Amino acid sequence: MVSEQVKPVSAARALTVVLVVAFICALLVSVVAVSLRPLQQANLEAERIAKLLLGALADIGQAQTLENLEARIVELSSGRYDATQNVATFNAEVAAGRPASSVVIPAELDIAGIKRRARHARVYLVRDSSDAIELIILPVWGRGYQSTLRAWLVLDGDTRSVRALKFYQHGETPGVGTRIEEPEWEAKWHGIPLYDDEGVLRIGVNSHMGGGGIYSAYRVDGISGATRTTQGVDRLLRFWLGEFGFGPYLQQVREAGA
Amino acid sequence: MMANNYWKVLTRPLIDDNPLTLQILGICSALAVTTSLDTALVMSVVVICVLALSNGAISLIRHGLPRSVRIIVQITIIASLVIIVDQILQAYAFELSKRLSVFVGLIITNCIVLGRAEGFAMHNGVWPSVLDGIGNGLGYALVLVIVGAIREFFGKGSLLNVQILIPASQGGAFEPLHLMLLPPSAFFIIGGIIWFIRRKQPRQVEKPEFSLRPEQVGDSR
Repeated sequence: MVSEQVKPVSAARALTVVLVVAFICALLVSVVAVSLRPLQQANLEAERIAKLLLGALADIGQAQTLENLEARIVELSSGRYDATQNVATFNAEVAAGRPASSVVIPAELDIAGIKRRARHARVYLVRDSSDAIELIILPVWGRGYQSTLRAWLVLDGDTRSVRALKFYQHGETPGVGTRIEEPEWEAKWHGIPLYDDEGVLRIGVNSHMGGGGIYSAYRVDGISGATRTTQGVDRLLRFWLGEFGFGPYLQQVREAGA
Repeated sequence: MMANNYWKVLTRPLIDDNPLTLQILGICSALAVTTSLDTALVMSVVVICVLALSNGAISLIRHGLPRSVRIIVQITIIASLVIIVDQILQAYAFELSKRLSVFVGLIITNCIVLGRAEGFAMHNGVWPSVLDGIGNGLGYALVLVIVGAIREFFGKGSLLNVQILIPASQGGAFEPLHLMLLPPSAFFIIGGIIWFIRRKQPRQVEKPEFSLRPEQVGDSR
């Protein structure tokens, strides 16, 4: 291939070329960076949440790696897995803010005080060596005393009892409401059954306003001084395990396992 | 004749004029991203795209480019392309982009890219320049894939994360060579490839640039 000789260039033409190149490059970089920002942030957010989840599992003696966590998207009203949703980029908070991807919770059912919820949710599964579901991890949240409480609810693979309840984000009163994060209180949740023998949801938190009575086996004692916070925990659990939350999904898991 | 020439532009950089093994360019990234085959493949695709597009763009404006500022214009174009590719990876291949970490961004300083821009695209038409970019990218990719496959196979007993040999820690007979996952192993493998190619093609062997001065009368002992 014969090389060409590069001709001298006039100053005006040179300046034009340099400016046009700079402008086109700047335009391309900006458009790409801005248009891809939401996807990148969803990736970062998913990673952050997964790390929190791994930390929570390590705290209950379930050291796991990200590869062992099987993320699935559940369509909440039917309780079935929805393969049309992107597991990696799904963001429940963003989805809950959009009319098309969320539903208004009827006021009489909205005991957790969250008003809207996304139509879908991301759940995580941990399988044992024989590929049976060992743990089911559900994201739950609801109103506490002065903030939104966010937690991972870790259930046994048969969905019948709690393995752990781990709060990872809230803004409750330091030293009072924040005690929901204390290991002593968290430990009380281990092994609490969700349902009574008739399959009625009984799990909850006792307080001076209402005790466990005959259902005390299904209930954890509240924290004195943090009644409003622990009642928030009680309500968010009953909401998310109920018919408008993960109830249909847990039903599906039980049917698939039976 | 023309088609033949194009074919040569595309294929010469594979073995005869390989940027890694003959010109010893782009070694840094070749060490860093070849601990497994999948990162090596992604890096290869990224470099091929960047080289083809930067060569094409620079060839397109070569007549209007004043000599005094040509390097900075070339770097501007290369940097923009690399940033765009990096952003796309971060959005659509997040896991891989984390494992490639800074090495996608460092393609900007990969000597192969600027070398082809300055050495080829500035003096040739758009189409041959694009082919030259793809050819050099493929030459780089060839070495990366060989090194990545060897390192992953002997270092982890797997290829593309599919376990082929069962490691001793899980009851198998294979003892992973942890050296393969460390940067020096890439030096050894690339060195081996260079030796092999030069043995087959002795004309690639460089003449020694410096030799000892023969001893002369009067040299103190």
